[in-house]
Amino acid sequence: MRFASHRDVARVFERGVRRAGLPIAHSAGFTPHPKISYAGGAPTGVASEAEYLSLALTTRNEAADVRERLNAALPDGIDVIAVTEDAGGLPASRLTASAWRVILPGVSPEAAAPAVEKFLALDQAPVERLTNKGMRRMDARAAVVSLTVVTSAVSSLNAVSPTGTVSSVEAMLSAAAVSPADGASGCVVMEMVLRHTVPAVRPDDVLTALSGISDLASSVPAVMTRLTQGVLGETGVVAL
Amino acid sequence: MPVESVYPKLEPLLPLIRKPVQYVGGEVNSTVKEWDETDVRWALFYPDAYEVGLPNQGIAILYEVLNEQDGVLAERTYSVWPDLEQLMRENDVPQFTVDAHRPVGAFDVIGVSFSTELGYTNLLTALDLAGIPLLSADRAEGHPLIIGGGHAAFNPEPIADFLDAVVLGDGEEAVLLITSLVRAWKRDGEPGGRDGLLLSLAATGSVYIPRFYDVSYLPDGRIARVAPNRPGVPASVSKHTLLDLDAWPYPKAPVVPVAETVHERYSVEIFRGCTRGCRFCQAGMITRPVRERSITTVGGMVAGGIKATGFSEVGLLSLSSADHSEINSIAVDLADCYEGTNTGLSLPSTRVDAFNVTLADELSRNGRRSGLTFAPEGGSERMRAVINKMVTEEDLIRTVTTAYSSGWRQVKLYFMCGLPTEEDSDVLAIADLAKKVIAAGREASGRRDIRCTVSIGGFVPKPHTPFQWAAQCPPEVVDERLRMLGAALRSDRAYGKSIGYRYHEGTPALVEGLLSRGDRRVAAVIMAAWRDGARFDGWSEYFSFDRWVAACETALSVTPVDLAWYTTRERDYSEVLPWDHLDSGLDREWLWQDWRSAVTPDGASEVEDCRWTPCYECGVCPAMGTEIQTGPTGERLDGRRLLPVLPVLSGAAGGR
Repeated sequence: MRFASHRDVARVFERGVRRAGLPIAHSAGFTPHPKISYAGGAPTGVASEAEYLSLALTTRNEAADVRERLNAALPDGIDVIAVTEDAGGLPASRLTASAWRVILPGVSPEAAAPAVEKFLALDQAPVERLTNKGMRRMDARAAVVSLTVVTSAVSSLNAVSPTGTVSSVEAMLSAAAVSPADGASGCVVMEMVLRHTVPAVRPDDVLTALSGISDLASSVPAVMTRLTQGVLGETGVVAL
Repeated sequence: MPVESVYPKLEPLLPLIRKPVQYVGGEVNSTVKEWDETDVRWALFYPDAYEVGLPNQGIAILYEVLNEQDGVLAERTYSVWPDLEQLMRENDVPQFTVDAHRPVGAFDVIGVSFSTELGYTNLLTALDLAGIPLLSADRAEGHPLIIGGGHAAFNPEPIADFLDAVVLGDGEEAVLLITSLVRAWKRDGEPGGRDGLLLSLAATGSVYIPRFYDVSYLPDGRIARVAPNRPGVPASVSKHTLLDLDAWPYPKAPVVPVAETVHERYSVEIFRGCTRGCRFCQAGMITRPVRERSITTVGGMVAGGIKATGFSEVGLLSLSSADHSEINSIAVDLADCYEGTNTGLSLPSTRVDAFNVTLADELSRNGRRSGLTFAPEGGSERMRAVINKMVTEEDLIRTVTTAYSSGWRQVKLYFMCGLPTEEDSDVLAIADLAKKVIAAGREASGRRDIRCTVSIGGFVPKPHTPFQWAAQCPPEVVDERLRMLGAALRSDRAYGKSIGYRYHEGTPALVEGLLSRGDRRVAAVIMAAWRDGARFDGWSEYFSFDRWVAACETALSVTPVDLAWYTTRERDYSEVLPWDHLDSGLDREWLWQDWRSAVTPDGASEVEDCRWTPCYECGVCPAMGTEIQTGPTGERLDGRRLLPVLPVLSGAAGGR
């Protein structure tokens, strides 16, 4: 599902809800839509273990039952982790921060650590991104609450393929013809906590800033996953 | 030994291309079987992009029919966009199936479904990416069997050199027959090698093996003869006709895409075949006779299909859905059953004379008002008589009046340009018709904001129709008429702004004409165009007329024929047509008589509909041992039994 866009995901849920036989409410008017709303979707190309959506149902159902039925109806690659009943709905404003894991294949940890240090010492890190509203400028540094290099051991990492089987990052590296014996070895895993700013700063914006101040470019695209979404707590991001 | 998924090599490429999710698979209702637990493996290929290929009914049906069999595996593959094609070549990633990302070269059979001739170059791309030799003659043991089907396969001669086998007509029983022969051949140690298998297919009389026929030519370029070049091969090959469609209620649970596709609904074929006899229509001619599904079967399929897919729209498909003998009951009962569940019902374009108020009301009941489309095809009554589309201006006005007064604001009208005997005045008559439609609509609805869209394209004469001998109208003539029509519509002060105008240029139609009525010499043209970069020829962003003209010049320079010879030349009765050895059941004499009676200067004669009037002996039923299968059964649908788990919404929006 990493490559599904927000609209693709919305379609998957609309159909999944119907297959599951959930009594979803619809909007009024000539073209009624099922009342499913999303809070802060992940961009296309990014996987996530922490998305939120709300379903408006016309009759009360057991949360556990909703979870089971929806999960059974959804395709591989989308799972419902938890369902809670909430009369108030889910405004996006309650989600103020996200924790991300970013895997950079083909980048050496020797290059990564100093780059991260340098980045964190900056006052600001302006980056640009082309959106459908035009070129947006933002300060990547202001959104970063924390940024750490976690580990550079290749063997301890696994990426999940779309069919559910586990393929190792090693396989990805060998496919990209990047050899660990190249001197620039292995790959780098970083974790970062980003505030939800406006305009939103994404992990790839942080990578853009990093590669601007160092030699951190890679021939293979980075693999990004949102781990948690919620509010900033003392030890990191706390899910709702 | 199990075959490995190519996904690990594919995944790093996906962030670099557009719409990557179409290649990822894992869709609901996708079937993946263990490779080693099956002994006959099919890759079903639709030679266009995923967004077009996934909703295709033909592939959806065969996918289920095959996967329901023990020991048989069927997966799907589609054409990859040029951005991924390039990366696949650079990174050594072969053509793969979307279900389990297996390389298609590892399968026993690749079944290719051609709805249109413009997919031919995409076939070559897929074979090339799969590492399979493009020419049938170059393939060896270990290469899959490449089998073509679909409507365009009724004249497969332009791609005969690239296909190992061709199936004409309905595929359900044909694929099971082929599967059993492949299974037996493999089990017996592949006797006779590849040719041995192909001979056993040819011996059934209903699978065409192009390599087993030789084509010879006369000095002036016409075909002299098409004949078998070995014993055990029939002189002519027949199409397959599935009788009793109620016994084959597929697809039951079609694949549900994650990506956006061109149709997003559960589709039921309410009948196959057509008896109206429109002279230009290949689909109507080659799918005879009519075989309906009963209202009970349709109701059951709709209930099961909605439950299995979660789609909120249902399409009732056929060549002319309003002709179904029980269409009013079907529409009323389905609308009743699904009232309040936000399930939309749609019919594809209906015949003007079969549409009625009941149908209009039922279709709009569940709130969603899908657009209404009608296809008069000819602008003047004279023109419509030539093509045997017996729709009077009165019929059309009455029908659109019904539509507009039932609340529709938009009506689309399809026309063709370049029909046999056409003059400028016939095309300009379309403008008059459109204006009358708007006038009638404004009066019927009491509003001025009603609209009508005129959509028109160039006519391409097709094999196995009465017009198969016709000269295709040259693109310059077509383009000039389309320009005149556009000017006539725009210039009208009173109505111009209420009429939308969509048209297709003349040149792609000429290439379609070459590929539709071409013979084996056209294979060299396709190859040349493909080598020059031709891909996705059905897409205006990719189609290049100049490239095809150049390919014709290069490839046909050693022959006495050229692009015009294949397209704008009228054929004679005695000429051997490239598809004469392929039997659609239609009597050639009858087709010729119908052609002459259409273009006679005294005015074309009308052929009626054999569903309700006596047989006019087109030849299909006696030749094929088939019969028309229609209702009405008189049954009705019981909502309590039909309704899936979806509860009726109380108080929330449903209906109008």
